[in-house]
Amino acid sequence: MNFVKLIFMILIIGGWTSGLHADELAIRNCAWCHGTSAQGYMTAPRLAGQRYEYLEKQLLNFKNHTRDNPFSMQYMWDAVAYLDPQTARDLALYFSTLPPKPANDGDWNLVPVGKAIYDGGIPQENVVACTACHGPAAEGVREIPRLGGLSYAYLKRRLDQWGEGFHAAAQLPMPFIAGKLSPADIEALASYLSFVR
Amino acid sequence: MQRISLRFLLRVTVLGAAGVAAGGSDGASRPAGSGGDVRAKIEYCMDCHGRQGQGYHGFLTMPRLAGQTSTYLENQLRAFMEGRRDRNLFINMSRVHGLNPAMRAAVAAQFQQLNPPAFGSAPSNLAAAGAKIYEEGVPEANIPACSACHGPDGTGQGEIPRLAGQVFSYTVRTLSTWNRDRGAASGEQTSAAVMAPIARNLTPNQIAAIAAYVSNLR
Repeated sequence: MNFVKLIFMILIIGGWTSGLHADELAIRNCAWCHGTSAQGYMTAPRLAGQRYEYLEKQLLNFKNHTRDNPFSMQYMWDAVAYLDPQTARDLALYFSTLPPKPANDGDWNLVPVGKAIYDGGIPQENVVACTACHGPAAEGVREIPRLGGLSYAYLKRRLDQWGEGFHAAAQLPMPFIAGKLSPADIEALASYLSFVR
Repeated sequence: MQRISLRFLLRVTVLGAAGVAAGGSDGASRPAGSGGDVRAKIEYCMDCHGRQGQGYHGFLTMPRLAGQTSTYLENQLRAFMEGRRDRNLFINMSRVHGLNPAMRAAVAAQFQQLNPPAFGSAPSNLAAAGAKIYEEGVPEANIPACSACHGPDGTGQGEIPRLAGQVFSYTVRTLSTWNRDRGAASGEQTSAAVMAPIARNLTPNQIAAIAAYVSNLR
């Protein structure tokens, strides 16, 4: 458990030092959960290197409660309750410029299956290819998120929740797509993506 | 832009060669409602092309299918399957769009009937210049009027596609890459061959103007 203590020390020191610039962005508030280099920690996803437009839109979706999965309600709704649009833009821009590191925490043996689904879908099961929207290197574009290198647990949870109907008010294609994925498909996709740099 | 490392790709390839087939990993626990029926296939198309076939901006621009002539749609589905279209895309369209003939006809008929509002996002300041080219062509560059074949309202007919309401960036890309993606490689003479010299002679500004104009036609 020394590692956990170390992480907390880093978080606290990081939060303290960034607090010295309190007149600037409230980045330390994000760092408590997402980590000082925003690489994500436990249930909190990596923000570093994520698409600027995506991050901004998610902050607004937390605020207007469109993004309604359990952890969003539990943590993010309150966290952004007093966030003004300009600060949301500034935070999104800041985190989008940090270099992302891949989580590398999926099941390596599932990578080939996951990559096959990502690149080509499963036409006979009417599952579209992820690459058409998220890009050949899972890098995302505009409001479509970068998926490469996010943690296995986060990717799996999000795919599960899309299929369960969360975040449906955003009127995106994902509920329809994720609803056709089997649990094994989701494990394979989340594994593959966790290794993509 | 971030890229997957070569080492990573190599390892994936080696693992892949070890006997994992492309495609579904577990049919047994898949949710119900997928499979081969026409309704499920149409919804599969809509996952990328929009719930009403209006088009979508992904990493790729997905064209509007709604209101398109069924003959054109069927021809394109066949061209994808035979590898005659968009061979340079990073997504394998022949696999994705591999439908049997009966399914192609049913899907095409369905999308022809849809009539949602246009997807939008075209720059409005180009539309006037686009209208002039669309209706009069560019005689000094040997470009005929688009309206001569695609119709005064851009609705197309038979194998000539509807352009009205098409997503701006899709029309731009299609005209800009015509000879690479739609040109001579087909080996089969289709009515599309008439587009090759036209697309070649259009300037990027003219292409943008035409695309902006037709995106706003109803």
